[in-house]
Amino acid sequence: MIRTPLRPLARILRAREKGENPDAIEAENRAQRHAVIQDGARSRAEGRLFILALAFVGAFGVVGLRMGALAATQPSEPQMQVTGAQIISQRADITDRHGRVLATNLLTHSLYAHPRQMVDPNGAAEKLAAIFPDLKVDRLKEDFSGKRSFLWIKKKISPEQMQAVHDIGEPGLLFGPREMRLYPNGRIASHILGGSTFGKEDVASAEVVGVAGVEKAFDRWLRDPANDGAPLTLSLDLTVQSAMEEVLSNGMKVMNAKGATGIVMEVHTGEIVAMASLPDFDPNDRPRPLLKGDPSDSPLFNRAVQGQYELGSTFKIFPVAQAIDLKLVSPTTMINANAPLRIGKYLINEFRNHNYGTLTVTDIIVKSSNVGTVRVAQILGADRQKDFLEKLGFFEPTTVELSEGPTGKPLVPRRWPAVTSATVAFGHGLAASPLHLASAYATVANGGKRVKPTLVHDRNRREGEQILSAEAARTAVQLLRQVVVRGSGRSANVEGYEVAGKTGTADKPRPTGGYYGNKVVSTFSSVFPASDPKYVVVVSLDEPTSVKGGGESRTAGMTAAPVAGEVIRRVAPLLGLRPLTDQPLPVVERPLVDGLKLVSN
Amino acid sequence: MRSVLYLLTTLLVMGMAFWAYRENYSTQAALTDMVKVQREIAALREDLGVRRAEWAYLNRPERLRELVNLNFEKLKLVPFNAEQFVDVRQVAFPLPKAPPAADPAGLPDGVPVERPAGFPPLRPQERTP
Repeated sequence: MIRTPLRPLARILRAREKGENPDAIEAENRAQRHAVIQDGARSRAEGRLFILALAFVGAFGVVGLRMGALAATQPSEPQMQVTGAQIISQRADITDRHGRVLATNLLTHSLYAHPRQMVDPNGAAEKLAAIFPDLKVDRLKEDFSGKRSFLWIKKKISPEQMQAVHDIGEPGLLFGPREMRLYPNGRIASHILGGSTFGKEDVASAEVVGVAGVEKAFDRWLRDPANDGAPLTLSLDLTVQSAMEEVLSNGMKVMNAKGATGIVMEVHTGEIVAMASLPDFDPNDRPRPLLKGDPSDSPLFNRAVQGQYELGSTFKIFPVAQAIDLKLVSPTTMINANAPLRIGKYLINEFRNHNYGTLTVTDIIVKSSNVGTVRVAQILGADRQKDFLEKLGFFEPTTVELSEGPTGKPLVPRRWPAVTSATVAFGHGLAASPLHLASAYATVANGGKRVKPTLVHDRNRREGEQILSAEAARTAVQLLRQVVVRGSGRSANVEGYEVAGKTGTADKPRPTGGYYGNKVVSTFSSVFPASDPKYVVVVSLDEPTSVKGGGESRTAGMTAAPVAGEVIRRVAPLLGLRPLTDQPLPVVERPLVDGLKLVSN
Repeated sequence: MRSVLYLLTTLLVMGMAFWAYRENYSTQAALTDMVKVQREIAALREDLGVRRAEWAYLNRPERLRELVNLNFEKLKLVPFNAEQFVDVRQVAFPLPKAPPAADPAGLPDGVPVERPAGFPPLRPQERTP
């Protein structure tokens, strides 16, 4: 654009000719120039205002958004920086039903070395070996003077040992904090708790991982920070558990048994109050699993859950209860129990080749007649018998919350011919764990409603399905009561607690096939008190022999039953059950001195 | 008029600045305090954990059993058994304190009685099922 001069000569001359004022032309041009400058300034100012407005909108927008965010989010404690100290320990405690600690954490330290930072590697190695006798001096010297730049020396050390290592004054020896799992009660409930070990390890911390039992089954839950450090409350009762373990271990010694199992279970909820398997171990120092041989010889083997035993005559109550439920027999029905009974090519005999002749159904249970039970099972038929045992839970592993739980799958015969049906009726040919037996007895004692075993206290659970009528279940418990009153379980009778139970002696199967002649598993499965069953107690001894009065006996009535009786005698008061006495004791009131009698309503 | 307004505004701004300064420092002090308290809580929780573990360890049934056996002569503790459940009526109550002169029954002091005379009759809640 060509700049217009203020006084263009052509126009000035023309204006002069016409006699006009040439200054007006200059003023006009000046005004035009100013207008252009003003336009530019205005648009620049508008631009600035726009940017300023944007800045204000942005700033207020940020404030508004922040306010909205603050109003909408959960209030939380402001923190300048992430502090290293963790308030809640990384793994939750495990307690029993009354809140007594079964497993907890303890802060200890681990010891590691940076050999390249060492001042005096040889001296450090010698002093370390003096503090920890299990370390080898030569090995340490080799490690410290070699090419390694890092090595672990000890995973857990006590505060005293830590101080001693501090006193060496070696800059290459360092400590890392460690949370150690502690089982303060030692061997008590060892199979249930299992044990734990370190998972991923780091200098600053290490994760604790459960390796067995409840620790493994609830590993995720125990480590979940969302639980806010709430402990896992098991259904166990520490007092009962410890009393039962004491009685069992004494019983095992007296009866010269190889192993023993005991279970105390609440009838209505299926909560396991105590469960033990002997021999046991210390979960603080868990032994290594056996690499060869029979795993059941290891103390790690949980006989109550993993052990599959033929449980013998304790099974007899199931076909009888079912037959009573279906109204096929009544407790007074006479059954022909002439021994031996021939099924196909097999002969079924009674214990010690007795022959009971004709018996009532009650006496079949009381005298534990094999032939009589087989007759009842024959009345039922194989299909119904199998169906009932399946409903009782004898065909699949128990639902108990242990990592070993799913491995306890019963050994069920695949085919179910007449002879299998007969042997299963008296507890041979079907191997199940003592926990299966306990839950089946709890089902019968619970008025026929299915009971599933559990280790967690006070969990909401659905009521089990009714698999036996309440009336038949009550009758079955009364039959069991008769066994203890006048049958093979007499030595399990405890005054005041109305124990009802059944003995079972089963020959142990040989690994090569067939049965041992002199090795048995004797079991006593019981319910008490019979009038209103509250608890189930199962005691099982592996290869017991009772030497009493000169003779040797392996029957459950002489071995497992007295131990079970002692368990009930010790445990029932601890569970808060009052003994039932027929007559209340008389109350003696001294007459008042002045001969008056106090009366009130 | 205008200069007074200016003066007041300046004073207000100075006051606000002073207040903001103090708030800033008190917030920072509170934050440091909080970190300290949190550390303390963590340390106390750790101590508590150790105490609980120690308590559980000292009260482990095995040790209690040993202690009972060691002190059997003094304490005579035996396992809890069924005979120890009795009715409240059978619990020996201490004799009510009577004036020493008015004791016509002539019983020596401190003799426990099943249910002392003059004791109010049984209330329903005393009777256990």
